Amino acid sequence: MERLTFTEVLEAVREGYRKACISLPEGVLKRFHEALDREKNALARYTLRLFIENQQIAQRQGIPLCQDTGIPVVIVRFSEEHCYSWLEEAINRGIEEAVKVGYLRASVSHPLTRENTGTNTPAVIHYELTKDQTFEIWLMPKGCGSENMSKLAMLPPAKGVEGIKAFVLNVVKEAGPNPCPPLIVGVGIGGNFERVAYLAKKALFREPGLPHPDHQIASLEREIFEELNALNIGPLGFGGKTTALFVNIEIQPSHIASLPVAVNLQCHSARMVKLKLL
Amino acid sequence: MKPVAKLSFPLENREVLRDLKVGDFITLDGWLLCARDATHRKILSSLKDRSFSFDFHNQLIYYLGPTPAPPGMVIGSCGPTTASRMDIYLEEFLALGLAATMGKGKRASALRELHRQYQAVYLITFGGVGAYLSQFVQKMEYLAWKDLGPEALFRIKVKDFPAIVGIDTLGQDFYELSSALTPA
Repeated sequence: MERLTFTEVLEAVREGYRKACISLPEGVLKRFHEALDREKNALARYTLRLFIENQQIAQRQGIPLCQDTGIPVVIVRFSEEHCYSWLEEAINRGIEEAVKVGYLRASVSHPLTRENTGTNTPAVIHYELTKDQTFEIWLMPKGCGSENMSKLAMLPPAKGVEGIKAFVLNVVKEAGPNPCPPLIVGVGIGGNFERVAYLAKKALFREPGLPHPDHQIASLEREIFEELNALNIGPLGFGGKTTALFVNIEIQPSHIASLPVAVNLQCHSARMVKLKLL
Repeated sequence: MKPVAKLSFPLENREVLRDLKVGDFITLDGWLLCARDATHRKILSSLKDRSFSFDFHNQLIYYLGPTPAPPGMVIGSCGPTTASRMDIYLEEFLALGLAATMGKGKRASALRELHRQYQAVYLITFGGVGAYLSQFVQKMEYLAWKDLGPEALFRIKVKDFPAIVGIDTLGQDFYELSSALTPA
């Protein structure tokens, strides 16, 4: 059986994180073009064109799309055959090197002293054990303009779907221009306090444009998507029909007494790379 | 879009700000001071203990922490950060003579009155397009605390840098024009 080495992982993460900072997923770019076809508002159209031009300049010059090259969020999907004690170190070292060679911004700092670690690490790393022979590392340079506007609520179950919808709409409405819309809206429903936040984050990693496999959830995604785009927040909050790029929901059963809901917002610079190492 | 005005910083004559109205698309020339969260705290504490002095009169502070400049480039990606985190410092800077700030996002509604009182403006520039905005930067110079990395105090020389008037000298707020937005 093939085993991965420390260096292989480090190098893959280094190149992956750099790439994630200078290029957008195809599905996101496609949405910008679709939005341009729909928007009438002159400032909204101007702004959408800037997003497209920005990506071209970033690629040409090799500089990051956004100066906020994120707090790194990582999801590792691995099988029991590929359990490596050095994994966390390899990931952090890969990001540290990406920051150096890719001229990325080091934004991670001590929460109280605010002293910058200088390396943009430690990354926030989640692990998922899988049954299939796989080894994937998902990388997201997560900007904090949008992260800061994210919210979590422990709703009473009686609030139901309407309560969930109202909460999501309110989070986006209150955030207004601050999270740099149009947004990917990651919604976690169920689980418990800490799991629902993870579900919302994981929802942001979904391939752009794919609906939830359960048609009931997919239809809730569509409903929320349409209501968000009727808010007239628009690109960067300047007004317009494009407030959400995608609404992605992830669910998990919860306790009979609770209905946890989390909304994790992702800005228009929705950077994400999925590395399949095996 | 065609800019309706061009401002050059530091301003020679502050009166020009009176002609700006919320929503105006304008361009900027000249030198912009750049500072974000920790820099603001550092400036104010250093002014108090007299380890630092600076003339903020008629200047603009751009809320920016850019990516490092790759070799051969002036600056890296250099878009705005969320302005509201600096709301708490604004009045002290306006009292020091600051004429304008630039960032992204809405500011606390109490700041509208401050802009009227001090005849200052808040400018919005385009969030998340730092690579695009780097094209309008001609020079970058550190002024203090280079060791703070992205939170150093520095200045950039710009030409035709794009911005929208977010709060004008009458205290009107651009984002209020959008029906969607609720107060901060």
